[in-house]
Amino acid sequence: MNAVFQVNNLNKSFGGLTVANGISLSMEQGDRVALIGPNGAGKTTFINLVTGHMPPDSGSVALRGADITRLGPTARVRKGLVRSFQVTRLFSDMTPAEHVALAVLQRTGRSGRVFGNFGAMPDVMAEVSEGLKALGIDHIANHKVSEIAYGQQRLLEIALALALKPNVLLLDEPAAGVPQSDTSRIEEALAGLPDDLAVLMIDHDMDLVFRFARRVVVLAAGTIIFDGTPQDVAKDARVREAYLGNYANARSSV
Amino acid sequence: MQTVFSVGTDALAYGMVLFVISIGLSVTMGLMRVVNLAHGAFAMIGGYIASYATQILGLGYGVAILLAVVGTILIAIPIERFLFRRIYGAPELTQVLMTIGLTFCVIGIANYVFGPTLKTIPLPETLRGPVDLGFRSIAAHKLFAIACGIVVAGALWVLIDKTSFGVKLRASVDNAAMAASLGVRTKIVYAVSSAVAVGLAAFGGIVGAELLPIEPYYALRYMVTFLVVVSVGGAGSIPGALVACLVLGAIDTTGRYLVPEYGEFFFYLAVIAIVCVFPNGILGRRS
Amino acid sequence: MAIQRAIAAEGKVDAGPNWLLRDLMGLAAVLAVAGIGYLLFPNNLALLTRITAIALLVLSLDLVTGYCGIATLGHAALFGSGAYAAGIAAVHFDITDPFAMAAVGAVGGAAAGLLAGAIMLRGRGLAQLVLSIAIVYLFHETANKASNWTGGSDGLAGISPDPVFGIFGFDLWGRTAYVFGIAILAVVFVLLRLLVRSPFGMLCRGIREDPVRVSAMGASVNGTLLRMYAISGAVAGLGGALNAISTQVVGLDSLSFTTSAEALVMLVVGGTGSLFGALVGTLTFMWFEDFVSAINPFHWLTIIGALLIAVVLFAPNGLYGTATQLLHRVWNKR
Repeated sequence: MNAVFQVNNLNKSFGGLTVANGISLSMEQGDRVALIGPNGAGKTTFINLVTGHMPPDSGSVALRGADITRLGPTARVRKGLVRSFQVTRLFSDMTPAEHVALAVLQRTGRSGRVFGNFGAMPDVMAEVSEGLKALGIDHIANHKVSEIAYGQQRLLEIALALALKPNVLLLDEPAAGVPQSDTSRIEEALAGLPDDLAVLMIDHDMDLVFRFARRVVVLAAGTIIFDGTPQDVAKDARVREAYLGNYANARSSV
Repeated sequence: MQTVFSVGTDALAYGMVLFVISIGLSVTMGLMRVVNLAHGAFAMIGGYIASYATQILGLGYGVAILLAVVGTILIAIPIERFLFRRIYGAPELTQVLMTIGLTFCVIGIANYVFGPTLKTIPLPETLRGPVDLGFRSIAAHKLFAIACGIVVAGALWVLIDKTSFGVKLRASVDNAAMAASLGVRTKIVYAVSSAVAVGLAAFGGIVGAELLPIEPYYALRYMVTFLVVVSVGGAGSIPGALVACLVLGAIDTTGRYLVPEYGEFFFYLAVIAIVCVFPNGILGRRS
Repeated sequence: MAIQRAIAAEGKVDAGPNWLLRDLMGLAAVLAVAGIGYLLFPNNLALLTRITAIALLVLSLDLVTGYCGIATLGHAALFGSGAYAAGIAAVHFDITDPFAMAAVGAVGGAAAGLLAGAIMLRGRGLAQLVLSIAIVYLFHETANKASNWTGGSDGLAGISPDPVFGIFGFDLWGRTAYVFGIAILAVVFVLLRLLVRSPFGMLCRGIREDPVRVSAMGASVNGTLLRMYAISGAVAGLGGALNAISTQVVGLDSLSFTTSAEALVMLVVGGTGSLFGALVGTLTFMWFEDFVSAINPFHWLTIIGALLIAVVLFAPNGLYGTATQLLHRVWNKR
């Protein structure tokens, strides 16, 4: 077993409120894990703990065998732990090409250069072109982000994360806010993610979760109450209780 | 001992004047999230009206105060309606520019209408001369300024803690959208607090005229001081503003007494130190 | 370049319009305006040189405010530090070569920029604005108190720079100073054009729009901003040094809140986030000031206040930004 990402016994509480209670999770290369849970289950807290935006009370996070618990958020990104945002956070004045170029430059240690332009750096241009093409947004490479559709912005968000060549990718509701007609594009993009990448996706959309994930982790009240296959998750009594009950009912009533 | 006492009373008087002028700024900045650099201009307008009323019209001190407060509020209404409302929610730079532009205009107009000289507001007989406290005597107008500060702080405390308007105000400061959805008519809350803020600024400008003399560059000269009070105290916090005024008043006055050759060096050094340590204000809540 | 063009030809990705041509056109425009100024106002070269020095201050402010999104009312601290550094080098250390003085000014400005930046980055919003004002006052009071070095409120006099290249002395008409200043401005302008388009410049624009996103890409936000502050300080310091060299005196007003506020007004009038905007704003403001304040200095403040309000309400992109927008609209209609 060669875990690329390992979370050990994370605990966090605010005053008397426990928001993370002994969370442990291990992922290998190529894993496709979905993290689900009812509102207030502690998913956002989990992301903040893992990405280093919030220090845990106890427990550890390891990336490729190295302990990163004490590293700050940017250092973790540089080690290969990259996240996307639930609400797109893009630079409205810049083009998709510039976004991806900036990520490539950052990854390759050239983002601090005070001369030159990525347009004159063949390797960067090649990667930009490739990265945008892989997500099918190369035709809008030179439009301002403020002028492109929201679905395309979400795809760019993924392209941006991939340009950082992560080992572990945390996707925070990648399809949130995208009109139904465009979600298939996002799903295609998710299906096309690199095989050796470990992906942890957080989402509410159960159809998406079931199609994407080969493993489902359920979080409730800061505790992992289920960790298994998508086939088993619906059968689990506790999960039903905590989360899926409403969904199952809603489905059967349709 | 003599020095300690006079530094103490001067610091207290100065701090209280600062408090009366800046408290409105603090509340409106907490409420509307507008960086307002023109607040000192309203204190100055109040001072000019009071000076005009006493010197030219020959009215009494009390009547002049009333006239100045009402007059300043009337002047502020169209400014609020046509200028400030356009910058609520705008980027900070926009707010800074708009309000600094307004300040420049007010200075230019005051300079043109009243000339560049200092304007005095003659004190009534009772406020002239010293008051004997038994063991020391203290200038009556300083005592008056301190009393005004205490009364304003007390009145605001009652208004905000004990009345239904205070409840609405606090709710709007905390979360305007939520307050609105609960049925608070935030527009009225905004309008009333703006008027009170401007009125208090004018009042403070008059009461403090002996310490912060009225002249055209008043609005620019003390702009920083008022902003510092809000920043150090935390926008929207009355106890914070009170603490900030007393601390800043003490630092400024002590510096002037002990090391006058350093000017305001220690004042600004202290401001930088305090703001660096408490970026959200001494008693600020937002993080 | 070849690959860039190849990709562009494929219709996939290109890096924007032809920048080199734009840079050369911009440089030509700057030099042309400088030349016209020289021909039209041969008796007012001192004013033109001062405009050049202030243009460097406003360009430097644009780097911080326009490209990084930091509102500051204390940027003259960097300009004045450069001026005093160059002046003190000349008066107390006998460094009178104009290029050496300019270099000392740039270093002094950069050091002040690092200090100011380190303090400013402690706060956000109102706290940051207050810090910026407190910094410029603190610098001002320090210079006032350290009168042995700075001459205090009398100003630092007795600066007599050597002739440029040992040939062109700083004459009474200010011709040498003007040409020297325009040369510095032209070089700085070209370097800054390269800077704002570089990966570093792109990173700064990213921080202006969303610092959280930038840090999620693994870049250090504060490290980047501090670096930009140092660069900005060097540019402002050059402006200060130029002012010291040309007027041969450094006054406390070069470190004042008023100069800081005026620089911000110039930038906004011209248009933030564009080097051309900074230049246009400086030229317009300074020329206008000279013109109006000759008539009545009181009206000047009223007019500049009204102008500011009007720009905020009706032309938030500044003169240059609004003009280019209009041109684009006309162009697209054709």
